[in-house]
Amino acid sequence: MTDRWTEQLSEYLDGTLPNAERAALDAHLATCAECRETLDELRRVTDRARGLDDRPPTKDLWAGIAARIGSGTAVVSIDSARNRVPAAGTARRLSFSVPQAIAAGIALVAVSSAAMWLSMRTPSAPAGSASQRPSIDLNTSWQPPVDSTVDQVVMQMRHMVSQERSRLDTGTVRILEKNLAIIDSAIAEARRALAQDPNNNYLNHHLADTMRRKADLLRRASALGVRT
Amino acid sequence: MANTTPWVETLREPTLVTADAEIADATLAASGDASAFERLYRAHVARIHSLARRMIDADEADDVTQDIFVRAWEKLSTFRGEAAFGTWLHRLAVNVILARRKTVGVSRQRHDPREEALDDVKARPATPELGVDFEGAMAALPEKAKRVFVLHDVEGYTHEEIATMLDIVPGTSKSQLHHARMALRRHLRD
Repeated sequence: MTDRWTEQLSEYLDGTLPNAERAALDAHLATCAECRETLDELRRVTDRARGLDDRPPTKDLWAGIAARIGSGTAVVSIDSARNRVPAAGTARRLSFSVPQAIAAGIALVAVSSAAMWLSMRTPSAPAGSASQRPSIDLNTSWQPPVDSTVDQVVMQMRHMVSQERSRLDTGTVRILEKNLAIIDSAIAEARRALAQDPNNNYLNHHLADTMRRKADLLRRASALGVRT
Repeated sequence: MANTTPWVETLREPTLVTADAEIADATLAASGDASAFERLYRAHVARIHSLARRMIDADEADDVTQDIFVRAWEKLSTFRGEAAFGTWLHRLAVNVILARRKTVGVSRQRHDPREEALDDVKARPATPELGVDFEGAMAALPEKAKRVFVLHDVEGYTHEEIATMLDIVPGTSKSQLHHARMALRRHLRD
């Protein structure tokens, strides 16, 4: 083994060595066990590096960040907000205009409708199972028809956003349209796949989740327009 | 020549639905919604903290991570959604880390000749714990080699991208990477 060859082993491993040099190194590796061993060891190093897991910090850093970005306004953590009532005057004050309240209501209807649809599609419990713990069967197949409640609600919300569009800056509109297109594409793809495999649980859940995300995105966009 | 391996693409790009939700959250955060920003923080803090821990001393990682997210909050208006939010945040994180290294890491590098420092990796006590502590071995690399190794082999940046970030030529990046790998190879073998 010589430095001439070993210096090239990393590039060889990465596939960036020019063809002529790669061919020469291939020929050398065929006869040099030491270089082959070094190459294997370098490969183990790169494999180990790629396999490293990301670990969160041992303590939650959000409080410190929130204090620095709050500019005098306390920011309520998502986690802590679940378990406590904010003290008056310390949390971000939320107020809803009529359009925002309507948008939020429609979003709630959209999600609730989907959930109701799912529960209504749940097969009847077999006789003798009344003593079993009641549950909603989320594994039920769900194929929303074109004129489904969810579709109608989403269309209504999209109309609201179009009315607010002029209040949004162009960058936001571009991002919004881009993401709506992505979601619509995902919905269309899921529906096509469901047509082939109507009982696929994953696809059913994926479609329901994607519809929910679309409703949520439109709700947020509508709220942004009102706020702007 | 730019070379992007498939695993890097997998590592960098979240699913479409996740990316979409994050762009929406970034838009909300840019308008002042701290709850949306907290969601982004919780989704990315492990990766950002790990990057900071690997490129800077572990005891500074908490502070640097906070600096990164505060900087991200300040710069959210420049995020236009062309790339995934995670990609944008990661690049910003690298910039913050490198800027910090310029101010606090100079003296250490000055007294740490490359070959001598590379030998330190090999010379570390061969305890059983260190035998499996690959991250510990990475931490023992000299600063320049460690930065290139983390950016290339852990984070998936190309030599051309690294050269731009570190203001060096790609050949230097390749050379540093090779020396880092050789040092770590000895560590794994020991």
